[in-house]
Amino acid sequence: MTRQLLLRKGKVATISQNSQEMRERGLVIIGNGITGITAARTARKLHPDIRIRIVSAESNYFFSRTALMYIYMGHMRLKETQPYEPQFYSKNRLELVRDHVLRINTKTKQVDLKNGSPLLYSILLIATGSTYNKFGWPGQDLPGVQGLYSLQDLDTLEQNTRNGIRRAVITGGGLIGIELAEMLHTRQIAVTFLVREGRYWGNILPPEEAKLIEQEIADHHITLKLNTQLKEILPDKNNRAQRVITDHGEQIDCQLVGLTAGVRPNLTALQGSDIQTERGVLVDQRLRTNQPDIFSAGDCVQLPSGRVEQLWYTGRMQGEVVGRQIALSAYKKEEDRRLESIPDQPYDRGVWFNSAKFFTIEYQTYGQVAANLEAKNTHVEVDRRKKQLIRLVWEQNGTDDRIIGFNCLGLRLRHDLCAEWIRSQKSAHFVASHLSEACFDPEFYRPAYKNFQTSFFNRFNSRRLF
Amino acid sequence: MKNLKIIGAALIAVGFISVTAHIFYPISFLSTAAELSLILSSLALGGLLIFISRFLSRPAGIDNDNIYRKSLTGQGAVGIAVGIALTSFYLVIYLGDRFPIGQAGQAELLIAESGTILQVKNPQAVDLIQNCPACQTGSDAAGMAESGATEAVDWQQREIGELFPHQNALQKKFAEIQARESSEGQLSFSDDYNFVITLQQVGPAAVTPTPVDPASGKPAAVMVEIRRTDSLHHWATRHIYRMADPLAKVLQGEPANNWFFYSMLYTFAILLFGFRMFLKYRHNRYQLLRTASIMFFQLGFAFLLPNILKLFRQPEFYFSYFWPLKYEYLYPSTWFQALQNGGVGAYFLAWGALMTVVGTPTLTYFFGKRWYCSWVCGCGGLAETMGDPFRQLSSKSLRSWKIERYTIHSVLLFISLTTLALWLNSLTSGAIFGSYSQKLSEVYGLYIGAIFSGVIGVGFYPFLGTRLWCRFGCPLAAILGALQKWFSRFRITTNGGQCISCGNCSTYCEMGIDVRWYAQREQNIIRSSCVGCGVCAAVCPRGVLKLENGALEGRYNR
Repeated sequence: MTRQLLLRKGKVATISQNSQEMRERGLVIIGNGITGITAARTARKLHPDIRIRIVSAESNYFFSRTALMYIYMGHMRLKETQPYEPQFYSKNRLELVRDHVLRINTKTKQVDLKNGSPLLYSILLIATGSTYNKFGWPGQDLPGVQGLYSLQDLDTLEQNTRNGIRRAVITGGGLIGIELAEMLHTRQIAVTFLVREGRYWGNILPPEEAKLIEQEIADHHITLKLNTQLKEILPDKNNRAQRVITDHGEQIDCQLVGLTAGVRPNLTALQGSDIQTERGVLVDQRLRTNQPDIFSAGDCVQLPSGRVEQLWYTGRMQGEVVGRQIALSAYKKEEDRRLESIPDQPYDRGVWFNSAKFFTIEYQTYGQVAANLEAKNTHVEVDRRKKQLIRLVWEQNGTDDRIIGFNCLGLRLRHDLCAEWIRSQKSAHFVASHLSEACFDPEFYRPAYKNFQTSFFNRFNSRRLF
Repeated sequence: MKNLKIIGAALIAVGFISVTAHIFYPISFLSTAAELSLILSSLALGGLLIFISRFLSRPAGIDNDNIYRKSLTGQGAVGIAVGIALTSFYLVIYLGDRFPIGQAGQAELLIAESGTILQVKNPQAVDLIQNCPACQTGSDAAGMAESGATEAVDWQQREIGELFPHQNALQKKFAEIQARESSEGQLSFSDDYNFVITLQQVGPAAVTPTPVDPASGKPAAVMVEIRRTDSLHHWATRHIYRMADPLAKVLQGEPANNWFFYSMLYTFAILLFGFRMFLKYRHNRYQLLRTASIMFFQLGFAFLLPNILKLFRQPEFYFSYFWPLKYEYLYPSTWFQALQNGGVGAYFLAWGALMTVVGTPTLTYFFGKRWYCSWVCGCGGLAETMGDPFRQLSSKSLRSWKIERYTIHSVLLFISLTTLALWLNSLTSGAIFGSYSQKLSEVYGLYIGAIFSGVIGVGFYPFLGTRLWCRFGCPLAAILGALQKWFSRFRITTNGGQCISCGNCSTYCEMGIDVRWYAQREQNIIRSSCVGCGVCAAVCPRGVLKLENGALEGRYNR
């Protein structure tokens, strides 16, 4: 088809050697998570002929990592967490390879596998995701001690909790930690939660939000220890973890230790290669590494700003951008005119957004909400009984206060509208007045924003704008 | 809370044991009313305690814990056993009269050519045959069956056609015999699986002494042997359905039959499991209101009102059902009968027709098909309440979606053609289709109305999920779905880029819609099969989905 198209256009007389290479070697993607698969889909849509192979050591099919907890809790099976049926991959000619990448040879442009023969590539995308942090705690490698990131970690957790253990200690007060607590709670396992900061998720959540979550943690009978860190894990006579010692010297008996103190980029496949890395794979704004024809995106990447973005959403967005860049790069090599139809867009995350769920409390955030805010830059309304919270954050510029961030717990705000308000720099006053338009709660729900509006206008001695 | 669970289970066991005991030992020291109340209340209280212990032991919020780890809800052995039990129950209720389990009586009569009965060999048997001991109204037939005491009716000199005044087909057959010049050889036929009737021409020497027809002077011409089989239906009526007599007599003025018993259990299930929904979704006002609506329509319009109408000798009408779901309501026979009887029947049917032609498109325009399928309809009502633990078992595959579109529109075509054929046939007095249109409606009634909609529709909950009928068969759903897709203000909006592709929405969609596919692309969901139950929005951990009514324009946003 490409040949006929090119001949019809009268631009190129024969299929170039590069074109041939695209069909035979094509694109190899290491990692079948949201980033790798989104990149594959995007590249396929823009470039019908490039060969696309996706390697994964973790699973046969792409699954939603965010749903791992629901498998453990029995809400779904692995099958339900897979966004695409097996036919999807064959229909879109996405070849799936289940294997372990040993090393990348940038000179010979090949990826060495543990079991199969090496994969030769024209373009390589590294989307290897993350791995959980281990900070050198004594006993951190004992059986019964684990993090939670991969499918294999889930299997390990199943085995570790199979015989009804009594108590688990989780160290690290963030999202994975609270999800692990929720998971264990459904198996009636007592949980002690160690949080380094003075409040839950203290480097992200302002105090009012954290307090609401801490109440929720308590309502689920989980022991929360703030300002506490893990110091050491002690084994029993079978060399399994049996006791945790905190940095206050407290000893806690347990049969499982959850290491949820964050994740870091997974760079094991890049060992020995000359692809530049720091905390993550170093890339430019177009998600290119220092090596020609090698891209990287997702959790494993360190952006030019120095940031590593470890979210599902940023993985998806980076996947779209890198997929486009790969198609562009392929067409450039083939000198194919179709490259003109693909915009050469760098990665621009746009207005920040994130969401989570803390037991029964949903959380959404848009824009910038610092953990420590000055009262003059923010207004918050909390309903402890209904477990609801709305917060607006603005930037003061003389008399002009521009909205820069939203937080909400236990109620839903419209993403597109909040992002638009931030982009167009609406005043906090305007936003407070028009909050009903941003309400995304289901029908028949009582409007949760009314109290916020009342207290906001009272505080600033003003009235609603229309 | 754990204690509540144990007490609850014990109460349910008491209920089931009582039922089983009554089935095999119908005579008890309690009055039937007390017994029925005891059974229903122990089941209800037991169920409630179990639900309370399950859902009130945790703060309000979505709780689908262990659904796939439990045998009942995860297609395990318990689930399969329950499915088999449910299917069997439906087979007995709907098709019980097709399972013969013995003989209820046998009689022989000699009749003249004119049809006059000249001799009856065993009159008691004739009575037993004619008056179904289980279904007979107005007398303590169960007692009669047990004691065997009957009042012998003198059938001599009566017409053969009078034997079975309610059996239209038999009437016709006997009328044929009467109209014949001579009856030759032996005829054997059976009607509605209850009777086997053999007619044999009798020679003058065959029976001595041969009775003679006083009117014509000729000897008996035909021997009629009638055997009535006892069926599972009759057995069930005597041993099971009649337990509901106290309630049936109060509500409808007649003893309970299979349909009353069935609708009593159906309503009970919707109410009990409706309370379970109240507990499980107590944080979600949409679910609370929708469940309350279903319970109201089932109790009021699909149980109490039709029975009370019957009590007052009015047509037993279901205001919450209309064509093509309750297809009889646009059948010519129903209309003619209502017009003949006078009274309110015709007005009721007019309501039904108005709902089909006007009400349905209007309400669907404003609200989508959810106004009916998940707020009013009883099929949906059971699926949303008793079926809630099984909704995740629906198939989400692309293949199932393709199959459902074929089957549901085929059923719509089938019932439309049947209705049209019946009307054409009726208006031309049988000139076009003869008896074929009737046969067609019988085939539809058996395979679609009974087997597909009933037996498979509910019996298969634990195997394939809750909405098999609604999704693959219901012709009304096909119409509502088309309206929803092309001309309705309903959609499920997605919240920007917040979808994390976890799959909860698709998993818990009982209609097998891959909601996630749309949500992760930020695309509004407008599918003809969506019944607007709102569970996808309830289970979404990031609040990405919202059921809304909005402007027609721009609702397909991608």
